[in-house]
Amino acid sequence: MLRLRDAFSLPLVSASEGALRNWRRTERAGLAALLVVFVCSSAYAATVVSGHDSIPTVLWRWAPLLLWGFLFNLVISALSMALGTVAGVPLGIFQMSPNPLVSRPAILVTQFFRNAPWLVLLFICVLLLPFELRIGTLRIPFPDWVKAVIGFALPAMANVAEIVRGAVLSVPSGQWESAESLCFSRRQTMMQIILPQCIKRMLPPWMNLYSLITMSSVNASVVGVTEMLTITTQVHAAEGSRPELLAPLYSFALICFFIYSYPISKWTEYLELKYQVKE
Amino acid sequence: MQPIYDWFRLFYERTGINLNYVYDSFDRARMIKGFWLTIELSVVTIVISIAIGVFGAWLRGSRFTLVRRCVDGFISAFRNTPPLVQIYFFYFGLGYLLPRVMDPATGAMAPMVTNLEWAILSLSLFAGAFNIEIFRAGIEAVPKSMLEAAESLGYTRSQIYWYIVLPLAIRNCLPALGNNLVNLVKTTNLAYAIAVPELMYVSKEIWSDATNVREMMITLLIIYILLVAVLVAGLNRLERALRIPGYIHAGGH
Repeated sequence: MLRLRDAFSLPLVSASEGALRNWRRTERAGLAALLVVFVCSSAYAATVVSGHDSIPTVLWRWAPLLLWGFLFNLVISALSMALGTVAGVPLGIFQMSPNPLVSRPAILVTQFFRNAPWLVLLFICVLLLPFELRIGTLRIPFPDWVKAVIGFALPAMANVAEIVRGAVLSVPSGQWESAESLCFSRRQTMMQIILPQCIKRMLPPWMNLYSLITMSSVNASVVGVTEMLTITTQVHAAEGSRPELLAPLYSFALICFFIYSYPISKWTEYLELKYQVKE
Repeated sequence: MQPIYDWFRLFYERTGINLNYVYDSFDRARMIKGFWLTIELSVVTIVISIAIGVFGAWLRGSRFTLVRRCVDGFISAFRNTPPLVQIYFFYFGLGYLLPRVMDPATGAMAPMVTNLEWAILSLSLFAGAFNIEIFRAGIEAVPKSMLEAAESLGYTRSQIYWYIVLPLAIRNCLPALGNNLVNLVKTTNLAYAIAVPELMYVSKEIWSDATNVREMMITLLIIYILLVAVLVAGLNRLERALRIPGYIHAGGH
């Protein structure tokens, strides 16, 4: 905990590092920064208008709904990441195929979806995909959120493909040669020798990508999919569109994402250090 | 130019592919405006975010623990929250808390900071947080012996930073910096959400009027991919121009 004494002894900070040892962690610094913003904006807003419910009351009332929306963000990002991984791993392997008829299109698709802006891809999926798919008599409805999942899965797929390619290329070529000398076919070498070694190397960038997708999942609100940001806007309207509520409501969303994403990014850093390729 | 416009109009009549931003002078004007605004937004945010990166990385090496911790807090706060919510927070949340001022041009009361300025600010801060980390990694990759050599030549701390560390660090971190800047250019279209009339917003206006969603989407994709291609080509040239023969940096790719 930060003690008051420390807070007021700013010039001495460099001298008294020990006194602040417990307050070292970046995590707390980040969260503290957000909380300061949150509290200050709430406090300032509270002085502007009185006679309404106070901001903590409003947040307390709507927190369950807002968190429900946040859960929706997590579902969208998890599904897109799953879909992107399932499509991206083969795409990454195809890129390295010795057959140019396979590798060329795979490279083209990867580069295209990697360089296209995510918001434009999202718009394309939401506006241009059909609202249902008919196969004979079977009708598969495509609600907006499913289209959004596809919209996030496309760039995820391309990025996963690049991660797979990078990891496979980082495996020393001696592995390929010794597998060949043991009469493994190309497919067997890839599936049984190379890919299992790649998983460790792919995990940190894969988690980074997951974090990015989670951050982008709020973009779905721009195309009208119900998630946390959409619900935040609705809550604001339900509370009579008081403008002083905006800063606290958005900081609430910021804090939710921070609390979810920060441990993931710390864990990624830890894994990166642990699996670092020793040279 | 008129024959070209006419050809596109005929093209529409024959094939149904409506590229109205070519032949319609009104749509053409707003498309060009949106295009330049996207360029402006990209260039300005790139410059500011690099400045934030350099300054932040310098602060990150400060002797004062509190300063370092503040920079760390800034980085983790911006990296672990969605950029769109940041934009909303700045534009709606903080924008309301700022006073309204008299606009000298029209005489009407206007917000102190316009939506374009908020977009520039929040996108720069977001990309800047990533740049700080990238520059820090680049600085750490500068060999220790260089610093010792500079110190023994009597350079002061800030002189070492400006004349020795930064020039080498920039070369170390160009690949990672390039990636981040490409992402930044792709992210500028989030300004669409607060009605900054950049390319995405203008395209939406055009397809709302002419219902040519498909054509506008493909145009958007092509323009953005070209923009990214130009940026990547420029960065590659820069990397080649800055290359010091014989200097192979530690964090090499």
